[in-house]
Amino acid sequence: MHFKANVHAKLADVVLQGNLKNAKGKFVTRRAEAIKDLDDFDATRDAAAAIRNKVIDNLDLWLECFERKALDTGAKVLWARDGAEVCRLVIEIAKKHGVTKVTKSKSMLSEEAGLNHALEAAGIQPVETDLGEYILQVDNNEPPSHIIAPAVHKSLDEVADLFHKVHGTPRKTDIPALTREAREVLRAHFLSAEMGLSGGNFLVAETGSVALVTNEGNGRMVTTMPKVHVVITGIEKVIPTLEDLSTLMRLLPRSATGQSISNYFSILTGVKKPEEHDGPEHLYFVLVDSGRADVVGGDFHEMLRCIRCGACMNHCPVYQTIGGHAYGWVYPGPMGSVLTPLYAGIENSIDLPHAATLCNQCGIVCPVKIPLPDLLRKLREKQTERGLRPLTERIGLRLWAWVAQQPKLYALGASVGARYLKWLAGDTDRIRLLPAAPEWTLGRDFPAPQGKTFRELYAARRSSTPRA
Amino acid sequence: MSSRDDILGRVRAGLHRNAGNAAAAREEMLAALTNRSQGPKPSIDATPKALLERFRLKSEQQSSTVDIVAQESDVPAAVARYLTAMKLPKSAVAWPSLAALDWAAAGVEVEPRGARDADLVGITGCFCAVAETGTLMVCSSPDTPATVSLLPETHIAVVHASRILAYMEDAWALARKELGTLPRAVNFISGPSRTGDIEQTIVLGAHGPYRVHLVIIAD
Repeated sequence: MHFKANVHAKLADVVLQGNLKNAKGKFVTRRAEAIKDLDDFDATRDAAAAIRNKVIDNLDLWLECFERKALDTGAKVLWARDGAEVCRLVIEIAKKHGVTKVTKSKSMLSEEAGLNHALEAAGIQPVETDLGEYILQVDNNEPPSHIIAPAVHKSLDEVADLFHKVHGTPRKTDIPALTREAREVLRAHFLSAEMGLSGGNFLVAETGSVALVTNEGNGRMVTTMPKVHVVITGIEKVIPTLEDLSTLMRLLPRSATGQSISNYFSILTGVKKPEEHDGPEHLYFVLVDSGRADVVGGDFHEMLRCIRCGACMNHCPVYQTIGGHAYGWVYPGPMGSVLTPLYAGIENSIDLPHAATLCNQCGIVCPVKIPLPDLLRKLREKQTERGLRPLTERIGLRLWAWVAQQPKLYALGASVGARYLKWLAGDTDRIRLLPAAPEWTLGRDFPAPQGKTFRELYAARRSSTPRA
Repeated sequence: MSSRDDILGRVRAGLHRNAGNAAAAREEMLAALTNRSQGPKPSIDATPKALLERFRLKSEQQSSTVDIVAQESDVPAAVARYLTAMKLPKSAVAWPSLAALDWAAAGVEVEPRGARDADLVGITGCFCAVAETGTLMVCSSPDTPATVSLLPETHIAVVHASRILAYMEDAWALARKELGTLPRAVNFISGPSRTGDIEQTIVLGAHGPYRVHLVIIAD
């Protein structure tokens, strides 16, 4: 992953910068408005965090409980260690039921597993049905840049060009008309696919159900029309009861899109009864590890509380500047900068824990109170412990540590440094180019030191202030 | 080793699971499943009149339209009125559970069955409704197929005011009491389907209905 190169490209992308600016205000304002109807938003967050902790602190037992209940309802429960196993299991299910086409509602885990690619290779057609995901799929399988608004980086003009090209219809720039066009294309797929594939926002242990939060109705379509429904979800998604589901639902849509509730909230339990008109005859749960089991009980345990609302990225100054693609993997923003190192390897995502100002906007808005800045800091510590930081940085820090322990030398260095910076600034109050770190001043100026040094001021204060 | 045993084994190792702490944790789990404790809820005036008013207000905020009639026998005429006003055909697919209403007298042709792609209007009831958010709770069964509230462009739902509850938690309690176990699909529906995936601009009518009209019976 070439994070730094990505960042430079994204910063220079004028269209992307416009799209990000447009989206940011809407997400932030709508959320701020929506949390006002909860009498005690913070107590609700505490309750939600407690629900998630209850499960992840005893995850083995809750998983067994969910599995037992789901089996009782007539569902099948499969387990996958990694993405490759997810793909193998889903393809096996598809082959068993003679499936040639799969309609999908949003599943970030299928992105983790690269499932679409594997399905295509097996001769099975995957069709993304969330409008955002569909836009990306028909645009050469572009990856999503946001976990709940996958095409947030695209402008109306880009979508208009794309639909004109892909659907062979006259170019239109009316958003409702574009939405209707996608609806008509996708309706045919909903009715003809033999298998529907969904993620799972929550798994309810009490009833063995999966809960799906959607607005478009595509989640309902893929779980109602085809004869087979496959749920792909992380092992951490279990919650105890339907009452807990209600508490979490007061937070998830508000934190995600600023809605008091999503348009559709579906709780699906078991398979179609023989006398029923609709619903799948076969229901499979694929419970996926892909790095999660090893996070349990460790330094990053709290990250497993995450309910994937996206509030952290919507409020992150870094995400809002570079967009989701720069992060290089499935999950962007602060939650992604924690999850990617944990799931894809600390050594493979060396820049991500540093792609944060640690301003704690993410921690403040997180509905389950994950201390994201603390986790990012811990990841930085791990990098240092494992000697993963670049050699120049390690030598530089060691040198600085040595100098910092020699007060006289440090004072000399500081005063020479300050004079040098003042000299660089000349008559102005800012430095346009730092010769020692030219990258730093590429897109901003460095403020010139003003007046005396801290040590000089401290010494002056001590000599002038009478002792009590 | 199976993937299941491998995954659960590593989860147990992470939690330092042993026979001693398993017993206590299991008890805690059973307590959580039995107590079903509830989180903080926004305060709502739960008098029948206030619940109806809140449900109506919240439904309208979700872009549903609302009509209130005095009794169940008024429903077909209210539906006919809405279809005329919206210049929609006076034919619809409806839940078999609503087949007994006198649709013919109101001039509405109703087929009691699950919905097909070509159906333009779908008429359903609901298991109950939630005033907190202006939400219908719809349960699937042979008499109440899920497709009727999903495939047609217009969804008309009949709501008994006496079934408007304050919170989703109340709906779960009622489902446990009246249904025992959950039906295959419980759908909480709050207004017409929508998307904001192009430039965060909300558009009504994504894959589900473009419009939701509620006929509330003030019983």
